[in-house]
Amino acid sequence: MHIPDGYLSPQTYLPLMGVFVAVTAVAIKKVKLDVSARYIPYLGMAAAFSFIIMMFNLPIPGGTSGHAVGSAVIALLFGPWAAVVAVSVALIIQALVFGDGGITAIGANCFNMAIFMPFAAYYLFKLFSVNPMKKTRVFIAAFISGYFSLVLTAILTAVEFGIQPLIASDAEGKALYCPYDLSVAIPVMAIEHLVLFGIVEGLITALIVRYFLKSDPGLIFALRNRKGMHHD
Amino acid sequence: MPSETGKGCIMTKLQRKILYFLLGLCVLTPIGILLPMVFDAGDAWGEWSATTLNDLIGYVPAGLEKYSNIWNAPIPDYSMNNSDPSVVHQSGYYIVSGVIGATLTYLITLLISKLIVKNGD
Repeated sequence: MHIPDGYLSPQTYLPLMGVFVAVTAVAIKKVKLDVSARYIPYLGMAAAFSFIIMMFNLPIPGGTSGHAVGSAVIALLFGPWAAVVAVSVALIIQALVFGDGGITAIGANCFNMAIFMPFAAYYLFKLFSVNPMKKTRVFIAAFISGYFSLVLTAILTAVEFGIQPLIASDAEGKALYCPYDLSVAIPVMAIEHLVLFGIVEGLITALIVRYFLKSDPGLIFALRNRKGMHHD
Repeated sequence: MPSETGKGCIMTKLQRKILYFLLGLCVLTPIGILLPMVFDAGDAWGEWSATTLNDLIGYVPAGLEKYSNIWNAPIPDYSMNNSDPSVVHQSGYYIVSGVIGATLTYLITLLISKLIVKNGD
């Protein structure tokens, strides 16, 4: 899901870069207000986790490969605004140091995986965790949150890819950037994330949230907010 | 990695466990190159190189050609030597890349969040 350089037209990557910068400015203010000092070491580890988990490429046998992102669990544990900061750092290091995701596409990739995905995950969890006190309910809601937030992010990425032939083609009708249109990009990206990568994201999210529920439940942002416990 | 929290006290038991978990994950990262190899899976969709795209559609889109080499990453594709055919060596490069990348990400996020949260006090 790391869009490389050359797949997005400037008409696409420049606005997304602008949105990314603007949202990051808001995220910094929100983190300042919402995040207590005891979260700081966890945020560093969360960002490192996101970096590492994206290295686990999983195969669709005979087809393409893909991976989980980790944004969902970070959003549930430390809040979506903290996830914006943590996952953006991971994505920018991946682009700059390892060439994974384009330099011109940093705004787009951060918009998809570090902004859209954590918020999708957070609100999906809120929607499905009717009774957060029951452990199974939290597990299921966390799975749904991870699964669908990744699938929706994949579809968003597919839209960015798929609109390129509409935006920019040469005189012969050849694409200038991503050559596949929406009718190809959306089904491929949606299906591969529905059948495999989303399940992995869902399981990671649910298992890690369950672990924190046992070891330090007060830390979990998505549950603290629901109970209205803003004491720190 | 530094063993201090934002408040300057020693790392908690939970944080230490997470750190070991992350180190364990780093060691396991070669799964991310071995599994796609075993199951004959190619690049991620939409992440092909210009050469691979040329094989797929018969041409390299002009804009893509212009932008595709805009940046030379110091450790491209998480490998210190992409032409090395040894799977064992590539696994080693992958682990080292994972450790470098995760440590950088950890330290920069820590620095940024310390700056943000400190200013808020």
